[in-house]
Amino acid sequence: MSKTDNSEDACPLPIGQYDKIVMAHGGGGQLTQSLIDKLMLAEFDNPALNEKNDSAVLAINNERMAFTTDSYVVKPLFFPGGDIGKLAVCGTLNDLAMSGARPLFLSCGLIIEEGFAIDSLQKIIHSMSRQAKAAGVNIVTGDTKVVEKGKGDGLYINTSGIGVLDTAMNISPSMLQHDDVVIINGDIGRHGIAIMAQREGFKLEQALESDCADLSGLVKLLLDGGIDIHCMRDLTRGGLATALIEISTAANKQIMLDETAIAIADPVRSVCEVLGLDPYYVANEGRFISVLPSAQAAQALAIMHAHPLGKKAVVIGKVDKGSQSMVTIKNRIGTTRILQLLSGSQLPRIC
Amino acid sequence: MCLAIPGKIISISGEDIYTRTGDVSFSGLMTTVSLALVPEAKENDYVIVHAGFAINLLDEEEALATLASLDDLKSAQE
Amino acid sequence: MKYIDEFRHQQHVELLATAIRNACTRPWTIMELCGGQTHAIMKYGIDQLLPNDITLIHGPGCPVCVTPLQAIDKAIGIAALGDVIFCTFGDMLRVPGSTKDLMTVKAEGGDVRTVYSPLEAVTLAQQHPDKQVVFFAIGFETTMPTTAMSVYQAQQMGLKNFKLLVSHVRVPPAMEAILSSAENKVQGFLAAGNVCVVMGYQEYLPIAEKYQVPIVVTGFEPVDILQGILRCITQLEQSQVTVENQYARAVQTSGNTTAQQMINRVFKPVTRSWRGLGDIAMSGFELSADYTDFDAENAFQIAHINTQEHQECLSGKVLQGIIKPSQCPEFASRCTPESPLGATMVSAEGACAAYYTYRRQQSITENNSQ
Repeated sequence: MSKTDNSEDACPLPIGQYDKIVMAHGGGGQLTQSLIDKLMLAEFDNPALNEKNDSAVLAINNERMAFTTDSYVVKPLFFPGGDIGKLAVCGTLNDLAMSGARPLFLSCGLIIEEGFAIDSLQKIIHSMSRQAKAAGVNIVTGDTKVVEKGKGDGLYINTSGIGVLDTAMNISPSMLQHDDVVIINGDIGRHGIAIMAQREGFKLEQALESDCADLSGLVKLLLDGGIDIHCMRDLTRGGLATALIEISTAANKQIMLDETAIAIADPVRSVCEVLGLDPYYVANEGRFISVLPSAQAAQALAIMHAHPLGKKAVVIGKVDKGSQSMVTIKNRIGTTRILQLLSGSQLPRIC
Repeated sequence: MCLAIPGKIISISGEDIYTRTGDVSFSGLMTTVSLALVPEAKENDYVIVHAGFAINLLDEEEALATLASLDDLKSAQE
Repeated sequence: MKYIDEFRHQQHVELLATAIRNACTRPWTIMELCGGQTHAIMKYGIDQLLPNDITLIHGPGCPVCVTPLQAIDKAIGIAALGDVIFCTFGDMLRVPGSTKDLMTVKAEGGDVRTVYSPLEAVTLAQQHPDKQVVFFAIGFETTMPTTAMSVYQAQQMGLKNFKLLVSHVRVPPAMEAILSSAENKVQGFLAAGNVCVVMGYQEYLPIAEKYQVPIVVTGFEPVDILQGILRCITQLEQSQVTVENQYARAVQTSGNTTAQQMINRVFKPVTRSWRGLGDIAMSGFELSADYTDFDAENAFQIAHINTQEHQECLSGKVLQGIIKPSQCPEFASRCTPESPLGATMVSAEGACAAYYTYRRQQSITENNSQ
């Protein structure tokens, strides 16, 4: 070992600030949050935006409306259980539903790469139409742009949505109370792993489809059933862990999870084990968490179990006392760990 | 260092020991793995897989023996 | 999952935790030398199950922490070249070099791709004869045979555009470096199970003997790690010094000889620098004479790299267990996971990042119980 003291105590310059956008900025983790906080929120700065909810709740002429937008860049465009079109409609409907809004109208912005097959475009547009109609929602405006070959990855879609709040409830992290329960409507990780399995050419003995689905109907049942929902969040990129950490941070409340209550399908688990991925951070597109009073837990579960997208709904945790933001999970073996935000997206590892 | 997972060889393709591959099942996931480092591996063997290669066979008897040794521990504590 | 789930059963875990508590009568310091084991210890909270008398030190067992700064800078230099497809394991993508990381190189237009296996890089070389495909060969002996076999296959295929940037390292010299330090606190080792899958564990016998430390070859599931700790503690309590094999389902005494032959064919040992530890003799590898054509270091002219080093970071001392992360003056002040000064704070498995999280949990638990 070198005797020259400290010469090899080599440390890097801190990479706290990138001067270019890197892929990790799109991962939904710390870098994404940091970019949004330091740039978009700092510049746009207004009360509705600063809530950082899935959709902004706005007062317009004595009505409360919810307004949201999302862009879809998924690859591959067609995957088991759906396509980018279905995703683009469901994702935005879900964002509206998460603030308690009844979705009314969507927009559809397309950026299409030169050379993209028109019959693929047809399939995707048909998918969007079918999904919107099933939700009773119209796509009322849109835009179409074409970019040169090599500049577009096939197709990107942006959808924005407007909904109306039929309820006077304020559904946001600030409403969290000690002893509230956290309920999820099913198992985790299907969407991310279905996509990854297709991309990596994994063969799955049980077919695994994305859980991509429109949750607005299920949410409406809960609200119509008188459930006093304090907060909801749909799980997208960054998975269950990221959604809960965001809520915990915004609410400044501690959330404790029970690993044994969180269902993970066998193929999802196997892929995660082989690639070294943590299923709590894997993307979902048809799952949401609702935080509500423990006294209403049984009733909420009964309502959800009666709906196809809520059959496997279960309590997975609770809001603890204390006003520090932290999400912990009690392991199967009885120990506890803290869930942290990832810096970027999760990558397969060998270490 | 070293994420490596046990899986079961379901079928083997190829004759050349350096290029033959196995379809390995990890409880519901099947993936193709190089068997170049385990020339003695046969169908139905369990292997330890790292970075796309089987790096050794898994000895099922030893696995059971390790678990059985915990029973001895249990008796000792009772 | 078969042969995984059984080694995570709560009953087994509780049994072992009780046995460790019963066996341990005084303070002991044990090091695990594998990032995968560190990951498992953190994920399962294994340290929460141990009596306070047992100190676990997370040793230099992860490529994120120990790949030398110069190797990262070379990787960045090569990845930035036009006509290069640079392939790396995901683990390395955000490791900081002197001024940037590989992810930034990608953002700047470099063709940087994450792969799960070096064989994917070989396939890319076949598919892109007009490009140089370079694979960043990091990792311990576990990964070396996979790299070696990939180069061998590339040679058999007659590929001229496949290159390796080699930064493989060996565990035993690092163990000796730690044990021979005057400030060493380590009294027992959990040896890296998957390294021993390849290499066997005969080379640990002289180390155990020379330094009088028990060494237990240990797997990665909670039952493995706890059983490894139990065996280590039992030896220490009884003043025994041997090498034991807890991971017998995967490890034989002499390891996988086919894999070792492939390593010896393709690589030869050299002195290698470990980040934070300095040069360790014969602890690294380079390509052997028959394979120098595949050496990326020969193939690319990288402009002089000004490797910048910071003196404040004490990750070297942390990695050896000489100091706890909290004893570093920069810990949790200038150096945090959001703005790390060293690799041990960047990596989620790094000792400093782990300590930072643990400390936070402790303080919150204390606040809540008041």
